[in-house]
Amino acid sequence: MAKKQQNKAKEKPSKSKKSNAKQMPSKDEAMQLYQDMLLIRRFEEKAGQLYGMGLIGGFCHLYIGQEAVVTGVQSKQLEQDTVVTTYRDHGHMLACGMDPKGVMAELTGRETGYSRGKGGSMHMFSQEKNFFGGHGIVGASSAIGTGLAFAHKYNEDGGVAVTYMGDGAANQGQNYECFNMASLWKLPVLYIIENNQYGMGTSVSRSSAGELYRRGEGYNIPGERCDGMDVLAVQAAAEQALDYVRGGNGPYILEMMTYRFRGHSMSDPAKYRTKEELSSYKDEKDPVTRMKGLMMEELNVKEDDIKALEKDVKATVNEAAQFAQETPEPDESELWTDILKPVEDVA
Amino acid sequence: MPINVLMPALSPTMEEGTLSRWLKEEGDEVAAGDVIAEIETDKATMEVEAVDEGKIGKIVVQAGTENVKVNDVIAVLLEEGESDDAISDMQSNQANENDQTEKSDSKPDLEEKSAALDTGVTKSGKSASQPQGKEIKDRDILYAQGKLIEPPIFDEAAFFEDTETQTVREATRDAMAEEMRSDDKIYLMGEEVAEYNGAYKVSQGLLDEFGAKRVIDTPITEHGFAGLAVGSAFKGLKPIVEFMTMNFAMQAIDHIINSAAKTLYMAGGQLGCPIVFRGPNGAAARVGAQHSQCYASWYGHVPGLKVVAPWSAADAKGLMKAAIRDPNPVLVLENEIMYGQSFEVPKDEDYVIPIGRAKIEREGSDVTIVAFSIMVGKALEAAERLAEKGIEAEVINLRTIRPLDRWTIIESVKKTNRIVTAEEGWPFAGIGSEVAALIGEFAFDYLDAPLKRVCAKDVPLPYAANLEKLALPQSDQIFDAAMEVCYREQ
Repeated sequence: MAKKQQNKAKEKPSKSKKSNAKQMPSKDEAMQLYQDMLLIRRFEEKAGQLYGMGLIGGFCHLYIGQEAVVTGVQSKQLEQDTVVTTYRDHGHMLACGMDPKGVMAELTGRETGYSRGKGGSMHMFSQEKNFFGGHGIVGASSAIGTGLAFAHKYNEDGGVAVTYMGDGAANQGQNYECFNMASLWKLPVLYIIENNQYGMGTSVSRSSAGELYRRGEGYNIPGERCDGMDVLAVQAAAEQALDYVRGGNGPYILEMMTYRFRGHSMSDPAKYRTKEELSSYKDEKDPVTRMKGLMMEELNVKEDDIKALEKDVKATVNEAAQFAQETPEPDESELWTDILKPVEDVA
Repeated sequence: MPINVLMPALSPTMEEGTLSRWLKEEGDEVAAGDVIAEIETDKATMEVEAVDEGKIGKIVVQAGTENVKVNDVIAVLLEEGESDDAISDMQSNQANENDQTEKSDSKPDLEEKSAALDTGVTKSGKSASQPQGKEIKDRDILYAQGKLIEPPIFDEAAFFEDTETQTVREATRDAMAEEMRSDDKIYLMGEEVAEYNGAYKVSQGLLDEFGAKRVIDTPITEHGFAGLAVGSAFKGLKPIVEFMTMNFAMQAIDHIINSAAKTLYMAGGQLGCPIVFRGPNGAAARVGAQHSQCYASWYGHVPGLKVVAPWSAADAKGLMKAAIRDPNPVLVLENEIMYGQSFEVPKDEDYVIPIGRAKIEREGSDVTIVAFSIMVGKALEAAERLAEKGIEAEVINLRTIRPLDRWTIIESVKKTNRIVTAEEGWPFAGIGSEVAALIGEFAFDYLDAPLKRVCAKDVPLPYAANLEKLALPQSDQIFDAAMEVCYREQ
C-alpha cells in the first residue's frame, strides 16, 4: 500500500536511502549539534537531581536518550516555524533557544520561570521563540499544532508547525480528526511521532496496531520511519519533510525511533523493561556519545575542544540550577493574576 | 370526501412560514410525491409534496402569503369523481367544529403566546432603570476573589433611540459580519457554516461576503476543529467556532477547558486565546435528551472562561460583539427557539454590551426573578400575571453567566427581599444554586422567604410532547414560585 501511494504522488520525497542520505556535517555544525544535545542531557540530569532534593515537584518527564530527535529537527527549521509538543518538553524548549535559567526556574516554581511559576514542567511557552507548549493532555498537541499550521497558512508567512507527539498520543482520536483536516486543507504541519517504545509502562507492541508512520496513509499523508538515535539521520529526514510541507503539499509524518533512558516520570521504577534492553541502548545507541565519537574519529575534533565545550555546557546548567534556587517564589498576589486578560470597561 | 392539504412543519421549531410559490394550479391532477408548493421558513426554502393523489380543488392560501401557521389548510384536494361542491360542504362542517374547539381550548395558553411576542418587541430596552455601574481597576481579580463589585458602566438606553426590528438570528449574524469587516484576523469555522449557510441559518450570506478563507466548513469533528481553532488563536487569529449545538461541544470540552481556558494562566500571562465558541444551548423542541442540555453551569464553573447567554436580539448582537472583541475565550450560549423571534435592536455598530453586566428587564419591588436566555421571556410572562395579582416582580436578565453580575442580583434582593431563579438547566449545582449561595453570603438578612429555584426536572429530557412540557420549566412554575415566596395563596 505504501508503495502504491508513492507511485501516485511523485512529488513526495522518496524513501530510498539515496536521496534521504545523511550528510557529514562540517566541524562547526557537528560541534553545534553536540553542544545542543549535551545541553539537554546535562540540563535533564540536573533537573533529576533537583527533583531528588525536593526542589522540583509534581511530574517531571526527562528527555534523556531522545536528544537527537529535537536537536536534529530544530537544526533544519526556519525562524518562522512553530513548535508544539506534549509534556516531555524540556528538550524542545532548550532546542528552541529558550533560556535554560527560565526553564529551570519554572521547574522549581519561581517567579523568574517562563510561566512565572504557574505552569510547571508541562506548561511553558515562549511566543518569542515560537514555542507553543508544553501540553499535559496526551493528544492535545496534534490539534494545537494543526491550528498553528492553519494560522501559518492563513497568514501566508511560510512557516511550518512542527508538531510533536509520543507513541502513546498516536492512538488518540483527535490525531485522526486533525490528519483529516490537515490533509484536506493542505496545512503546513510536520507531525513527529517520538516513538520511545513505551506509553508510560505499556509498550507499543501492546498498545498499537500497525506501524505508526503509516497511520496517515488513509488521509494521503506520507510517512517515514527514521533512526531517532542518530542526529544526522534525523536531520536528513527532517530537511526533506520540511521542504515537502513548506512546498504546499500538506502534512507529513516522521516516526522517530528513540528510547528514553529514564522512567516515564520521576517515580517510575521502569519494571516493564529489562536491564539488558536499557543497556543495549545506552551502550550502543546513545546519541550524545555517538556524536562525540563521530567528531573525534571522522572530523578530527581535538579532545581539548570537546572538553572546553563540555565545560561551557556544565557551567550553563549549573548557572541555571543556581538561578532556579536563588530566585524567589512568586508573590502571593500572583495567585489571582493571568486568569483573564483585562478588558477596558466600556464607558 | 375532499382532503385538506395542511401547512407542514418543516423543522422542530417552526410555527409559521411563507407560502412563496404554488407549482400546481386549481384543476391540476397530482400524484403522491409531486411537488406542489414552495414554503419559506426563517431557515430555508423547502418543497411541499402531495401526500395523496387527486385534483387540486381549491387553493386556499395564495402564493406570497406570509405568516401561515403550521396546520392551516393551504389547499383542498378532490378525490376521483368529487366535484367542487364537496369543498363548500366540508368547509361549513369544519367551521362548526372549529367553533367548538376554540371554546373548549385552554385560553391561557394562547394568551401566553401573544404576551411572549409582545414583551419581545416592547419590553426590550429602556423601561426599567439600570444600575449605574462603575469603572473598576482589576475587575477580574476582584471577581475571582468573590467580591461584590458594581458592573461596568453602560448607558444602554441611549443606544435604543435608533433601532430596527430584527430576529435573534439576524442580529447574531450581523454582529459577526460587522466584526469580521473590521478585523481580518476573525474567521468563522464549523459544520455547515459556509455553503449551507448554517444549520440554523445563522451564518446566512457570510460565505458570499467573506469567502472560503474566512468562513470554513469543517468535517464533523468537534474535538479536532475546536483544538485546531485554539491553536490558531495562540498564533494570533480570532476564531469564531460554531457548534451545531452545544451538546456536540462535549466532544470538544477538553480543548475548551484545558487548552483555551487554562493556558493564559499556565503561561504566566504570556499566551492568550481570543476565541468564541458559540451555538444553540438548552432544549429546542422534541429533539430528545442528547440534543437538549443546558451547559451554563458547566462552563460557568471554569476560571479562564467567560460565558454569555443572550435572550433578545439586542442581547445577541451586543453580547456577540463583546465576545468577539474580548481577548479571552468566550462561550456564547444561544437558543434555537429564540432564533426566529423579533426584537428591537440598536443600529449603532458600537452597541457592545459589557460582559458581566445584567439587565433589569422589568422593574418591581415585591419579588426578584433571575433568569437568562429563553427563560427571560417566560419570567416576563409570569411577571405580567403576577401584576394582575398585585405583585410587582423585578425581572433580571443575567446576560452573562460568568462573570456573574452579583451586584445587580444582590441590590435587587435587598429591595424586594424575595427571589426566584429560573433556568433550563438541571437543579444540581445549577445557576440557581450559585445564586442561592450568593444570597446566603451577601443578603442572608434581607430575605423574607426562602428562595425558590425553577429548573428543568432532574431527568434526561423526554421526547413525548406532554412529558417534555412537564420536564422543562414553564412560566406557570415561575408564577407559582413567586406566589409562594410572597406567601400568597392562589
